[in-house]
Amino acid sequence: MIAFDQVSLRYPGGAGGVHDVSFELARGELAVLSGHSGAGKSSLLKLIAAIERPTAGRVSVGGQDVGTLPRQAVPYLRRKIGLVLQEIRLLLDRSVFDNVMLPLQITGHPPTDASKRVHAALERVGLAGRGQAMPLSLSGGEQQRAAIARAVVNRPSILLADEPTAHLDAAYASDIAALFRSFHAAGVTVIVATHDSSLFDDAAPRRLVMDHGHLREAA
Amino acid sequence: MSGWLRHHLAAFARAAGQLLRHPLGSLLTALVIGIALALPAGGLLLLDNASRVVGDVGERPEISLFMAMPPDAAASAEVERRLAELGEVASFEYIPREQALARLADSGLADVIDDLPDNPLPDAFIVTPANLDPDAFDAITARFGQWPGVAHVQLDSAWVKRIHALIELGRKTFWLLAAILASALVVVTFNTIRLQLMTQRAEIAVSRLLGATDHFIRRPFLWTGILQGLAGGLIAWLLLAAMVTALREPVSKLASSYGAVFTLHQPAAAQVAALLSLAATLGLAGAALSVDRHLRANV
Repeated sequence: MIAFDQVSLRYPGGAGGVHDVSFELARGELAVLSGHSGAGKSSLLKLIAAIERPTAGRVSVGGQDVGTLPRQAVPYLRRKIGLVLQEIRLLLDRSVFDNVMLPLQITGHPPTDASKRVHAALERVGLAGRGQAMPLSLSGGEQQRAAIARAVVNRPSILLADEPTAHLDAAYASDIAALFRSFHAAGVTVIVATHDSSLFDDAAPRRLVMDHGHLREAA
Repeated sequence: MSGWLRHHLAAFARAAGQLLRHPLGSLLTALVIGIALALPAGGLLLLDNASRVVGDVGERPEISLFMAMPPDAAASAEVERRLAELGEVASFEYIPREQALARLADSGLADVIDDLPDNPLPDAFIVTPANLDPDAFDAITARFGQWPGVAHVQLDSAWVKRIHALIELGRKTFWLLAAILASALVVVTFNTIRLQLMTQRAEIAVSRLLGATDHFIRRPFLWTGILQGLAGGLIAWLLLAAMVTALREPVSKLASSYGAVFTLHQPAAAQVAALLSLAATLGLAGAALSVDRHLRANV
């Protein structure tokens, strides 16, 4: 499903990035990506979502070479990927419902079907009945749930999350981790970058550890 | 409903909503566009009215055809037949040489004519062309000169040429003004859309991460440009209508003081449609330039 073959990403100035990373992730696997700040976790996720292009090596997602993907094909790759970013990035001038609706508007879903999907996604993340709320009226945990609903509403085959439990207290973090485990159980390929990999112990995930841009796989 | 149409309807609704959320700003932009369009459009409308008056004027220019001497009745009959068949001729009058001499005598030259041994005047035709365009005038004159039996062709088109030249000069001046102000309109729309792009930068970035294509991002901004242009076009039309209404009576009074009848006409439906289409197209162009520049700079 996802394959890295001797991939490097060097940013201008030489800061951060990843160096000579190789790994493969099968369809439906759950991987927890850990490492210190600046270790390259976000860069690795950005390479999968074609937010960054590798400066060396080959990144393959669903059989597509991300490095050589034409610019106009990138949006179609991203529609197969659900993204939960470190900065929640909900649109503050739209309701939760409209935020979650956005990916379906992008893909041109008929409104009736889209509305049903949004309601289902909000229910899945425990925000049923909060659709008309504005993002700033939600707690941090609720905002993160809304962001997860937005990431999964298009039923992606891959779900990427960058520090989804950062800034959340232990109870909220545990709830959010449970959500990701449930998506994994439903057959979605999930990669979660986190400082606290113990949240996913129940699911016996694949453990990937980034260290100064290099990948080493934990047991 | 097709996905394409659904995307456009959604983009149209978002653009209209965006304009309505900022009514004062939208109105001011539309006013700037409307005034910029009304200036050249008003000038062209006045010239259009002036052209109509020149076309309607009763005292049409004439072309005189003088037949060769000695008089040849058969040649004169042939020219009369050809004139009757020619579509470019509005009317003509045949003046036999005897009639011309009688007119000359009536004009006070009877004593002089009495001293002449015989009638020196040729048969003649006074022709009024159907088309007042100077080029058509020259073409028909040249053709008359080649007809057998025609010795001389004399035309009086100098005043027509002058008026046409003046109207043409005015028309070109206003088109030039229109081109300059159209550029200004594109710049105004470009800047308005640029400001919108800046305020919606976060939304664009998120949309891209969620799989939005450039087309998806462009559509609402293009519709905003079209709607702004259309609103400006509507304002320009209202200004023109008000100008015509305000000037109609004073212009008619001025014309009647010269013994002429001149009524200012409101722009025709086709002219209004052209004005609105042009305004929408210029708005679209400004928006397209602005959003393309933004998308290129923020890949």
